[in-house]
Amino acid sequence: MSERVSTYAHEDYQTVDHDVLVIGAGGAGLRAAIEAAGDGVRVGLVCKSLLGKAHTVMAEGGVAAALANVDDRDSWRVHFADTMRGGQYVNNWRMVELHAREAPERVKELEAWGALFDRTVDGRILQRNFGGHRYPRLAHVGDRTGLEMIRTLQDHGVHAGIDVHMECTVLTLLTDGGRVSGAFGYDRERGRFRLFRAKAVVLATGGIGRAYKITSNSWEYTGDGHSLAYHAGAALQDMEFVQFHPTGMIWPPSVRGILVTEGVRGEGGVLRNSDGRRFMFDDIPENYRPQTADSEDEGWRYTQGDRNARRPPELLTRDHVARCIVREVREGRGSPHGGVFLDISWIKDRLPNAAEHIKRKLPSMYHQFRQLANIDITRQPMEIGPTTHYVMGGVRVDGDTQMSTVPGLFAAGECAAGLHGANRLGGNSLSDLLVFGKRAGEHAARFARTNGAVSIDGAQADAAARAALAPFERHDGAEQPYHLQETLQERMQELVGIVRTEREMREALGAIAELKARAAHVGVRGNREYNPGWHTALDLGHLLTVAEAITRSALERRESRGGHFREDFPEKDPAYADFNLVVRKGADGEMQLAREPIPPLPAELAAIIEEMTG
Amino acid sequence: MTTTAPPERATGAPGAGDAYTAAQAAQDAGAAHGTRTLRVWRGAGGTGAFTEFTTDVVEGMVVLDAIHQIQAEQANDLAVRWNCKAGKCGSCSAEINGKPKLMCMTRLDELPTDAPITVEPMRAFPHVRDLVSDVSWNFRVKPQIRRFTPRPPDAPDGTWRMRQADVDRVQEFRQCIECFLCQDVCHVLRDHHKHETFAGPRYFVHAAALEMHPLDTADRIPELRQAQGIGYCNITKCCTSVCPEHIAITDNAIIPLKERVVDRFYDPVGRLVQLFRRKSPAH
Repeated sequence: MSERVSTYAHEDYQTVDHDVLVIGAGGAGLRAAIEAAGDGVRVGLVCKSLLGKAHTVMAEGGVAAALANVDDRDSWRVHFADTMRGGQYVNNWRMVELHAREAPERVKELEAWGALFDRTVDGRILQRNFGGHRYPRLAHVGDRTGLEMIRTLQDHGVHAGIDVHMECTVLTLLTDGGRVSGAFGYDRERGRFRLFRAKAVVLATGGIGRAYKITSNSWEYTGDGHSLAYHAGAALQDMEFVQFHPTGMIWPPSVRGILVTEGVRGEGGVLRNSDGRRFMFDDIPENYRPQTADSEDEGWRYTQGDRNARRPPELLTRDHVARCIVREVREGRGSPHGGVFLDISWIKDRLPNAAEHIKRKLPSMYHQFRQLANIDITRQPMEIGPTTHYVMGGVRVDGDTQMSTVPGLFAAGECAAGLHGANRLGGNSLSDLLVFGKRAGEHAARFARTNGAVSIDGAQADAAARAALAPFERHDGAEQPYHLQETLQERMQELVGIVRTEREMREALGAIAELKARAAHVGVRGNREYNPGWHTALDLGHLLTVAEAITRSALERRESRGGHFREDFPEKDPAYADFNLVVRKGADGEMQLAREPIPPLPAELAAIIEEMTG
Repeated sequence: MTTTAPPERATGAPGAGDAYTAAQAAQDAGAAHGTRTLRVWRGAGGTGAFTEFTTDVVEGMVVLDAIHQIQAEQANDLAVRWNCKAGKCGSCSAEINGKPKLMCMTRLDELPTDAPITVEPMRAFPHVRDLVSDVSWNFRVKPQIRRFTPRPPDAPDGTWRMRQADVDRVQEFRQCIECFLCQDVCHVLRDHHKHETFAGPRYFVHAAALEMHPLDTADRIPELRQAQGIGYCNITKCCTSVCPEHIAITDNAIIPLKERVVDRFYDPVGRLVQLFRRKSPAH
């Protein structure tokens, strides 16, 4: 359904009506759209890129689900306890419970839709080891699980009656008396504005990695969903928790940040410093000590499926491994290009046909290093270092429905907060997007069916259109969008990165304020058709919003927990264990910070944690 | 000019491979700085011309890095489609020195240094702007292929049992990143413009993945023969040669599907060879 509405500057906005509008077409968005369409409502799906190209394709290791196919000691209860512990207990425990209970069904459903996972000897879905998971729990397809998942969802979705708007970018959400009423954006090819009217909106826009210089994230990860929700009046939470994946490529410079899957360590890869020392044995956190191997031999046996062996220290949580790597580099034991060594080739001492085994288990990694770094990982170690990978923080949502604090506005996947707490376990993002993508789609459809029509406030769209076109009118002395983006990325990397201090973060706030002022003078050349300079200028606002939210939250949390590490407060502080930090846009337009108490754990869930950690 | 990368650059940690010497590190740090010239297609909607840009390069840069650098420093509005920069999303397809390739996986030091590098959009699809082609036709083809239709579950808990060997066969096809380079190079589309009656190599791979899926029960053979025009393919293997995922498109997907069509519609066996020959592009 489409109509033309004449508004700002005598321009026709193409107006499109949907019951549910899903913004973002990665795993969470596709799963939400499929669920809502299955409910019989009219669904629109907006993707910034082409369909099937979202960052989900980059997920390598696997999808976490307690299927217990490889180790029958696994269950949703263990998965629950592992996720709470990984998240340092500031997670939304209801989401953790639903996720652990429902992930196995969501994975099986994917198989029923055509996904082909690797198999056990008796023909069931195979599962592999990963950091922080007590038992082998990740269903996978070699090291390209994300591609398998997004393709399955895409292929299933194209038959589901969803209207897909490709290469379309949302600039702002529209509201009607406090309730969400749609979205306003533009199509990249022609540069024409498009107005979406919708009774419910699901944000599934992914993360914020492009706020940092070294990142595994694609260009799309500019925090759009976080920023759209914030400016529409929704609360964001846990923004200080940014995950730096311990293993990104670091050489050559142009590939710096590209992910090296944790699957390398799951298959037996080890970390060494320039002295050849396997340094991960040097610092094992107390609460993981009982389940961590105390010899190289035991660690190896664990990766090869020995149920009586404990996991090697390379498979401790990502925040811990990343900090150990930073320590080695800072203390002068790093590799030539400022990282450390990740070695899977050493397994030739343990396995016959090790080279073939590596190529079969880690085909993408083999090709990636071969092609981009001239390294044969079956013969040589990789040089790796931490890379910005994931944001645990995001839109504050209800654990059951995924609705934000704005009625009719839902969020799922990386742009929603709660499930992962202070640190995400590998493999939990792919299960997150299935479980909560489904829930968001289901509840958005229900909301659309049970709430009346919305009306569009043309002035909101006009204001957005005017702001979007302003950069074309600036010529002399205009700021250059790429330059501002790069400056922001460098400042965030430097000042609000893996190790944080009060002084540096105050400096970051100053830099953000200055860049915000300069962003108001950004100018672009050319016309509106497929103009990446213009797009970069429009992304800047989102990036600055999330950068500020991260920095303000990180300043407020005067302790170290999960992905958030303060050099000036290096210990975990129990006083910070029972609330989430929430940011909202104040009436004056400034960012406001609040501490929201975490509801107490129900006795049944508390008992699980007691049992698993006791 | 970029120097070529040293073969098998050694970066081993002591005791874990070859030693990395300080001399090599210094050489790496200082090596490979220079400039290169790229001839980039610029224009919109089919009209355009090459524009030459010269940009600084360092070791390990790929074509997409050079394009991004030009975009950031010299031509902010240079249109290019890309996402992951790791060879996994298949967005940055282009024709580099006349060959269909992913820009993010083509290193500058693989390309001859005695001439500028030409970068053009994929030519088998309508031109949008600069390096971007309109690939939307591809997205209209897929829904025309009959969807995955599994047999009833094997176990009471609603799950299936499959052997790894049977899964491996299909997983080859499911590595496809939908870069559409195979579609770009296929002469049936590129030269004969049979978009309305020919699905193209990408979708024969997709159909093969479904047909050979251990669980699937649907029959796509009549449609492959008629609506999807598999007979137009005369096995030149151009698609296979450009596939960045090294999928044996022709041998493992298209030929087995053609055999199924032939088995179904052209018995007795004695007529096979004759019919095979008759199925030329003129068909």
